[in-house]
Amino acid sequence: MNTLMKSKPLNQNPIQPKQEHKKTVIEVNRLNLWYGEDQALKDIHMNIPENKATAIIGPSGCGKSTFIKTLNRMVELIPTVKITGNIFYREKNILDPKYRVEELRTRVGMVFQKPNPFPKSIYENVAYGPKIHGIKKKKILDEIVEKSLRDAAIWNEVKDRLHENAYGLSGGQQQRLCIARCLAIEPDVILMDEPTSALDPISTLKVEELVKKLKENYSIIIVTHNMQQAARISDQTAFFLNGELVEMDHTSKVFSNPRDKRTEDYITGRFG
Amino acid sequence: MHFINRETIQKQTKKRMAVNHLLKTLFFAATMFSLLVLAVLFYRIFTQGFEHLSFDFLTNFASRKPEEAGIKAALYGTIWLMAITGPISIVLGIGSAIYLEMYAKQSRFTRFIQTNISNLAGVPSIVFGLLGLTVFVRMLEMGRSVLAGGLTMSLLILPIIVVAAQEAIRAVPQELQEASYGMGATKWQTIWRVVLPAALPGMMTGSILALSRAVGETAPLIVIGALSYVAFVPDSIWSGFTVMPIQIYNWTGRPQEAFHDIAAAGIIVLLALLILMNSIAVFIRNKFSKRH
Repeated sequence: MNTLMKSKPLNQNPIQPKQEHKKTVIEVNRLNLWYGEDQALKDIHMNIPENKATAIIGPSGCGKSTFIKTLNRMVELIPTVKITGNIFYREKNILDPKYRVEELRTRVGMVFQKPNPFPKSIYENVAYGPKIHGIKKKKILDEIVEKSLRDAAIWNEVKDRLHENAYGLSGGQQQRLCIARCLAIEPDVILMDEPTSALDPISTLKVEELVKKLKENYSIIIVTHNMQQAARISDQTAFFLNGELVEMDHTSKVFSNPRDKRTEDYITGRFG
Repeated sequence: MHFINRETIQKQTKKRMAVNHLLKTLFFAATMFSLLVLAVLFYRIFTQGFEHLSFDFLTNFASRKPEEAGIKAALYGTIWLMAITGPISIVLGIGSAIYLEMYAKQSRFTRFIQTNISNLAGVPSIVFGLLGLTVFVRMLEMGRSVLAGGLTMSLLILPIIVVAAQEAIRAVPQELQEASYGMGATKWQTIWRVVLPAALPGMMTGSILALSRAVGETAPLIVIGALSYVAFVPDSIWSGFTVMPIQIYNWTGRPQEAFHDIAAAGIIVLLALLILMNSIAVFIRNKFSKRH
């Protein structure tokens, strides 16, 4: 792994779209991942552009959730995981054991499948991240909380009940609160692991609107089961199958004119 | 073609319902039986001991004259013992549980520890008494002190607290911990800010119930040599001591009838203390479980 780290990031990947002078925020290189003996990710190469929404689609068990959790090394919470290859975030290899995960995760934030607010007040939920990173002044925390809640388009709904328990919010509101909580640490990249799969259609719509707005300032990688959702909100789409990256291109191209037969079969609903 | 014959079903239904009703009565009787035994026990103890119960009973030392006998030494001994056992067993127990659940990697060694803790919880208390006698009283030369007694009791209830605390930690939703790690929190920050607040009610409940078990234990303390006639209150951790169950046992062994009534009064005090401790546990559980 050390020798791989020193080698220059590889760019000559046949299935990558031409990056028209767009900056790459994350570059994945020869990534392999095993759970014990089972290989969950096979030789993944991928460039993730800055300030775009990248959707990851594929059938259940294809490795898309594993992949996104590798990008902030949350996957390491599973004890049997083995990873080889490189992932460069802003030119630094995050799989280097010397790269501190605590730092990585303040730059690469995450929103989970099931809304998971803490059993604390709305205010404390959003202030959690800044607090663990050492911000103590109430005035600054107040400002962060308001800004994050505004950016997550939930401020107007909760501004009068900031000190009430977050469990009193609806599922959709809880998920937007979780997005606000993620924004409070001012990340650069936001990973979203099927963020709307537990939500009703109206809440889903609100989260989608939010993603479209957020991608102006953040690089977003969103795993989704819902192909219409991928088509609606993403700029690029990657199709995973059995742990392999089958195809990645501009979303419009993937959905209208896929290069690979397997992608076509999947998006036309012939399997998965 | 039908496999289900309505008529047979109708006939059978009656029988099935009768069996259902019979069993319900049977189970109800089982519950009532234990309640009845408990009620008889309470009735006997209260009728026997109530008249001896007075403020003097709590403030008098044991005496050869039944009318002057009191439980002060034993009550204070029990409180001293709890003051030593409580902090030691709770700190060690919760600390071990946090290590085992949050830090330890799954290995043969941790599985070995885990099995041993569960087994220790089932070891007869008298064995802990022998351990306390060998290690604390003799090897560490603590003598028959309240400190040696408290340490022995800590060992006795430690496995119970560890297991209860582990279960409380395991009940904290994994998603909450992931949310914390996902924002760059360290393990300790996650434990302190997410795991402990959620697990604390369970930990406290388990600890209080374990402590109330220690309050009622007699055997290990007899082995390490708690005194049975004490006319003083412990003034330091090196003092000799007695506890309520030993005092009660001592009274019931006297030939005079009057001492048996005094023993009943002592049991009332002990029961009151235990009920108080269990109510605190229930209160904590109810108060905090509403948050989730």
